[in-house]
Amino acid sequence: MTSLRFSRKQLCIPYALFLILFVVIPMLMILFYAFTVSTPDGIRFSFSNLVNFFTSEAKLSTLLMSFTIAIISTAVCLVIAYPIAYILARSKLKKKQVLLMIFILPMWINFVLRITALRELLNAIGLLESHNYLCTIIGMVYDFLPFMILPLYTSLEKLDNSYLEAAADLGGNKFNVFTKITFPLSMPGVISGITMVFMPSMTNYVVSDTLSNFNITILGKQIDQYFTTYYDWHMGSMISIILLVIIFLSMLLTGGFKDSKNDARGANLW
Amino acid sequence: MVKKILSVAACVLVLLFIYSPILLLVVYSFTEATVIGQWTGFSFGLYGDLFRDSDIMGILFNTIWLALVAAVLSTILGTAGAIGIFYSRRKVAKPLQAVSQIPVINAEIVTAIALALLFSMVMLYRTYFSLIIGHMVLCTPFVVLSVMPKLKQMDPNMYEAALDLGASPRQALFKVVIPQAFTGILSGFMLSITLSLDDYIVTAFTKPETFDTISTYVYNAVKNGTNSSTPALRALSALIFVVMIAAVLLLNLRARKHTKKEGAR
Repeated sequence: MTSLRFSRKQLCIPYALFLILFVVIPMLMILFYAFTVSTPDGIRFSFSNLVNFFTSEAKLSTLLMSFTIAIISTAVCLVIAYPIAYILARSKLKKKQVLLMIFILPMWINFVLRITALRELLNAIGLLESHNYLCTIIGMVYDFLPFMILPLYTSLEKLDNSYLEAAADLGGNKFNVFTKITFPLSMPGVISGITMVFMPSMTNYVVSDTLSNFNITILGKQIDQYFTTYYDWHMGSMISIILLVIIFLSMLLTGGFKDSKNDARGANLW
Repeated sequence: MVKKILSVAACVLVLLFIYSPILLLVVYSFTEATVIGQWTGFSFGLYGDLFRDSDIMGILFNTIWLALVAAVLSTILGTAGAIGIFYSRRKVAKPLQAVSQIPVINAEIVTAIALALLFSMVMLYRTYFSLIIGHMVLCTPFVVLSVMPKLKQMDPNMYEAALDLGASPRQALFKVVIPQAFTGILSGFMLSITLSLDDYIVTAFTKPETFDTISTYVYNAVKNGTNSSTPALRALSALIFVVMIAAVLLLNLRARKHTKKEGAR
């Protein structure tokens, strides 16, 4: 019997090797590059990338600007997505799943094509040329809105109607029922929506490049530039580490982010 | 009543926002105007140009081929991985699952440059190998995440029963475990196809110089300002929009019917 169990367990060996080779080792290499510099005498250990990042006004302002774009995009997404998710989840229509589908369908269409289509539209209405920041934020919202709607819908759909009825029976007005019952109970959806939108808004440079005519450099673009334009892999790796620290901190802040991306990407939808 | 009108209005406005760029492109794919906004009469000309453009057709073929290869490999690796993890002790399963989450949580640009660092060290940078591995790193964790819940739902006695009835462990695996997890495996496969087709950043950092997918081709066309000079791309986008919308709607409506039947049973 033990030998049979052993044979099933062995199935994870290829995946374990794959993860070590193509996930763990590459991440360790980033760490290595981040804390080393190339000198004529070879590579040596150094904190200078870290120091450079936090003493360079240009890099700090990129970080700050990237943060601002991401915060605004996430907030706008939330403000648009919440009412939609609420309406859909609370609707008594039989086909509300199909309606939801129509809202999140763009998730399955290549995002570069969608962003280029948006570029054409913004160009046709005359926004593209002179409103780099506005267009970038519109693009982020456009691209990531479904990822905000889906987790919100899921948490609002699960909401037990009897809580709302009880609150109303006990004298809560509509505003109170919403702020004290509905919204707090939908917090898991709000949090997973925020994490789904915030991080890509700081890093998805295809959106900012396409819609700002390559005028806006967000954090993800900066990493790209250090690799493909300046050939300074050490600095590029350091910015990646800083980005990872931001991701890690935001996960600590929001807690329980587990599996949210999988939920939202909709493994259950195919 | 007022509430209802407001609800409908909100939904319509957001749908308008979501679909107006798509609609614009579809409409302007039926005219030969170089600039969107100047209608020069109805024509299928762009579609003719599109199918005669061997560059674009090659790229379309590349994109689909890459997605299929990456999805098949990811599905095999991820399914085996999920089964292996499921039957492993906690001490092995926990760290494996944690590492498996890294590419899911990580920013794509970090995954991309991490792979670029690795492959340039071993002289495999910008090869088909690095490209396919890159896509597998994106897709496989999602296969594991889709298969795992199906394994947890499975009755553990089924496997033992198969063995008692004389099946070899291999037969029990292929005739009992895999069929039980099949819906999870299938959704992992479909998810992998979607992720691969959608990807830009990892592709850009791992692809061979001369290889392009739709994502990298269109991004570079915008970058080099040749975007508007190839209106045939408009026809391509329009075609992909319509095909994807139809495919997703059809597949989902069918899946929904299935689950309803299963639920009733």
